[in-house]
Amino acid sequence: MNHLLSIEELDRAGIERIIAQAQRFTEVSEREIKKVPALRGRMVLNLFYEASTRTRSSFELAAKRLSADVVNFAASGSSVEKGESLKDTVLTLSAHKPDAIVLRTPWAGASELVSKWCSAAIVNAGDGKHEHPTQALLDVYTLQRRLGSIDGSSIWIVELGCEVRYELGELHTADVVYALRMQNERMHDTWVPSLREYAAWYQLNGRRLTPSQVLMHPGPVNRGVELSGEIVDSPQAVITAQVEAGVVVRMAVLYELLAAARSATAPPPEPAGERGRERVGEGQLA
Amino acid sequence: MQTNEKVVLREEEISSALTRIAHEILERNSFDPPPALVGIHRRGAILARRLHQQLEELSEATVPLGDLDIGFYRDDVGTRPDAPVLHASHIDFDLAGLTVVIVDDVLYTGRTVRAAIEALFDYGRPERVQLAVLVDRGHRELPIRPDYIGKNLPTSTAEHVHVRVRELDGLDEVAIAEPTAVASL
Repeated sequence: MNHLLSIEELDRAGIERIIAQAQRFTEVSEREIKKVPALRGRMVLNLFYEASTRTRSSFELAAKRLSADVVNFAASGSSVEKGESLKDTVLTLSAHKPDAIVLRTPWAGASELVSKWCSAAIVNAGDGKHEHPTQALLDVYTLQRRLGSIDGSSIWIVELGCEVRYELGELHTADVVYALRMQNERMHDTWVPSLREYAAWYQLNGRRLTPSQVLMHPGPVNRGVELSGEIVDSPQAVITAQVEAGVVVRMAVLYELLAAARSATAPPPEPAGERGRERVGEGQLA
Repeated sequence: MQTNEKVVLREEEISSALTRIAHEILERNSFDPPPALVGIHRRGAILARRLHQQLEELSEATVPLGDLDIGFYRDDVGTRPDAPVLHASHIDFDLAGLTVVIVDDVLYTGRTVRAAIEALFDYGRPERVQLAVLVDRGHRELPIRPDYIGKNLPTSTAEHVHVRVRELDGLDEVAIAEPTAVASL
């Protein structure tokens, strides 16, 4: 794995490998010194073109727990405001020789472009309405810890614009209900008449959910809009578990990308039908 | 499998080596409080478990037992083709004020032990750290020496030392493999 641009690139085995590695990193978080030297001397550059405190800080914490050096580059207050293009910014920052660039932009596909402009491993930390693969991984991780296994679970995603169903009458049949945030900053047109009307029709609360259903939300929660306050604080909500998972899953992703030798050029061609590389055996570790 | 392997320690010899190490640990430590045993994944952890049982029987004290995966502390990260698969470490007791005996199967360059000492200090500050190994095969690259040795085994760097334990390999033995056999792997 050279980059993490899209969750589509990972097969089930790849996802399970990252989840298992994240599980092992939870032990590091319980130590007196919550840090391992696995990525000592590596540099992780957080390049954020959008405000995202949680994603940025959890990537930063993940990199620091692995002893990597972290540079945060926020587009506001930088030369980007003076008109520097994404490509020029990436080329300039590449002079610092980052080993990984964690990229958040409002533009779909930006991380794929950046991966072609520099030699660092690129982690897509959200590209507008396209993808946010580490969020997907941490959601799977959180659910697997809560439910044991997620095979066969019925998972409902409740969001405006995701109009598969227009009513929430059947919601009680779901095992997991995933509420998404009303993204006010992406609602340029009048998508809903008012937040009050939205809340009246779609808000998840104690009447719409049964206590056995697991409630997820990527944060930050608009309390009283997509979720009622009482349900946010209830034990069925795994929202803070998702935040905790964010750090260990991102540790696992950075570790996966940076702990192995990176080929300076293109990876060597793999024999047909043999895509999975052999893993380092236990005996070699001892 | 290799055909030109030479078995140098058999089950009874491994067992008596561990018994002797347990006695030595008992003699050299005050047991007030008892020392802790920490095995290095995976065969070191298994040997530590066996030593632990003997040491508790001999001393009639409760001996803390833990294990370490030192993968995150290796000094060859970034030079391997793939990120190594790691296991969680388990040290669920306070190291402060304790003598800790690190247990491993083979002592070779000393790099694993260096990593283990570094890892150990992330869990707390032990009073003293000692090292017990089943086999010392020489060729140190770091200033590390064991406190308890099951067997000194002179080897060439081209040879491979295989420690096998029942829990993982179905039998207890230590064997040396000739370099030619490795090529056929």
